[in-house]
Amino acid sequence: MTFGESVAVEAPPRTTSERITRMLTKAPIHIGLAIVGLIWLLPTVGLLITSFRPASEILSTGWWEIFAGRLSFTLDNYQQVLGSQGMLNSFINSVIITVPATILPVFFCALAAYGFAWVDFPFRDSLFLIVVGLLLVPIQMVLIPLVELFASMGVYGQFTGLWIAHTAFALPFGIFLLRNFFITLPRDLIEAAKIDGASTWNIFRTVVMPLSVPALASFAIFQFLWVWNDLLMALVFAPRPNGLPMTTQVQNLLGTFATEWHLLAAASFLIMVVPLIVFFSLQRYFVQGLLAGSVK
Amino acid sequence: MSTATAARESAPDVAESRGPKFLQGWNMAALIFIGPAVLLLAVFMIYPAIRTVILSFDDGLGNYVQLLTADPRFLSLRWPPGGSIFNNVLWLLFYTGGCIVIGLIVAVMATRVRYERIIKAIVFLPMAIAATALGVIWRFVYSPDPDTGLINAILGVVGVDPISWLGNATFVNTALIIAGIWGSAGFAVVILSAALKGISSEILEAARVDGATEGQIFRRIIVPMLSLPISVIAVTLTINVVKLFDLVYIMTKGGPGNASNVIAVQMYQQFSARNFDYSATVAVVMLIILIPVMIFNIRRFRSERVVA
Repeated sequence: MTFGESVAVEAPPRTTSERITRMLTKAPIHIGLAIVGLIWLLPTVGLLITSFRPASEILSTGWWEIFAGRLSFTLDNYQQVLGSQGMLNSFINSVIITVPATILPVFFCALAAYGFAWVDFPFRDSLFLIVVGLLLVPIQMVLIPLVELFASMGVYGQFTGLWIAHTAFALPFGIFLLRNFFITLPRDLIEAAKIDGASTWNIFRTVVMPLSVPALASFAIFQFLWVWNDLLMALVFAPRPNGLPMTTQVQNLLGTFATEWHLLAAASFLIMVVPLIVFFSLQRYFVQGLLAGSVK
Repeated sequence: MSTATAARESAPDVAESRGPKFLQGWNMAALIFIGPAVLLLAVFMIYPAIRTVILSFDDGLGNYVQLLTADPRFLSLRWPPGGSIFNNVLWLLFYTGGCIVIGLIVAVMATRVRYERIIKAIVFLPMAIAATALGVIWRFVYSPDPDTGLINAILGVVGVDPISWLGNATFVNTALIIAGIWGSAGFAVVILSAALKGISSEILEAARVDGATEGQIFRRIIVPMLSLPISVIAVTLTINVVKLFDLVYIMTKGGPGNASNVIAVQMYQQFSARNFDYSATVAVVMLIILIPVMIFNIRRFRSERVVA
């Protein structure tokens, strides 16, 4: 699903007067949508502008003075948060955390989803129902025992622990999403490959995987954003003090510099920049993934 | 079960396997494909969840009695009512309701203009943003200093003194819920807009021919036909509300005092304070609240035939 073109319900206006009449009858809609657009854009735009303003000026003039053309801009804030405030290090940590915590779930979920869709074994449907039931288990339900478990495994406060926790929590949703996609693949195709003597593994690898790229992409994007934007798991499991991702780093900055907007604004945009790039470049998969993920 | 196993063993997919009785019918393929996921779920999700339940009963029923009857931070029934579970109910009513109402209005308006795609993308955009960044964006909007905070600057123009939106127990929940709606309304817009396109234009035309006003069409035709997508959105946002953590933790940490606390934040606070059995109790309460939602969803998946 994308944001979809509107269905053309009306014929194009033929004359100037018709055009004007239509503009007037639709005026309330245009005004309403303009207000909606402003409310949804201004908060983000305001912080974006602020992230490029000198610290000394932020507290004396509002960012909206940009419309009067009176503001000056600088890259100092980004330089400062990336350097002395550790956001560059945190950016790298976010990448270190997110990449394996996306690849591993996609791999394990694809395997299991194929098993639930096309391999026959006892209790298959009951097991799948249990997996779906696990979708809603909140992270809070496992935090304390996981800390103990990771400590006994020697991975508490290490990236490995965070990867394991994110992978385990991604499984119910990923299996659910991919299994529902896999069962829509034509049975004949899989039967034909079987008759040609392909092993279950080869059918999975050479028939099912290539046909499932859109579903895998939607899930991968959803999972990537989920981990990239995660705060709670990182607060508990991320390596301290040098392995924190950007979300926890910004939370730390809020504690120290609650009103240093030049730092907070720049740091927040560093978190947002990767998701925004994904949003604009892969919008279709992005929306699909997020809508499907709403069951989580 | 033995007949089911026998039937399955005759299926061409199942290699003959001899072993312990409970493994009959299982084969290498099944183990390779679902084994890793089942193992990970059992060790890192199911086992810890069971441990959490056991931990919550460390003190018999004591933790539950304490939480439900004697913890004003969880539920305070004195006037005005408060506590984290009460705030979750406020979120449930106003955040869920607000998202659906705004989603409906924007979706209906957007289908009638050429820039539909753009307006929907703008409203959906916050869904991509980390709740952490969203929290900073709105802390900035609500800043008590009229030279930095947009809302107090606007109020200043009409002569209202600046208000500390997040520092005042009267306003803090409203302020947070508005930020929450801003973050999630795009979800409702996209779902409802897709559903609107499924309503046939013939029905709408027939109603217009019969002399129905636009208002009547909206109330009598569009809203009833959207009841299923609306219930799906309501359930989804309910899950969001129960699990709500990042936004509140970033914007207020549940303050001032306990005024804006929610259960997920309270659980984390107890966890950080090393009150492990008590925080486990809060976690179990979260799970119990989610169970009806889980049942609703499984029923829905079944009716959509996506679950066997």
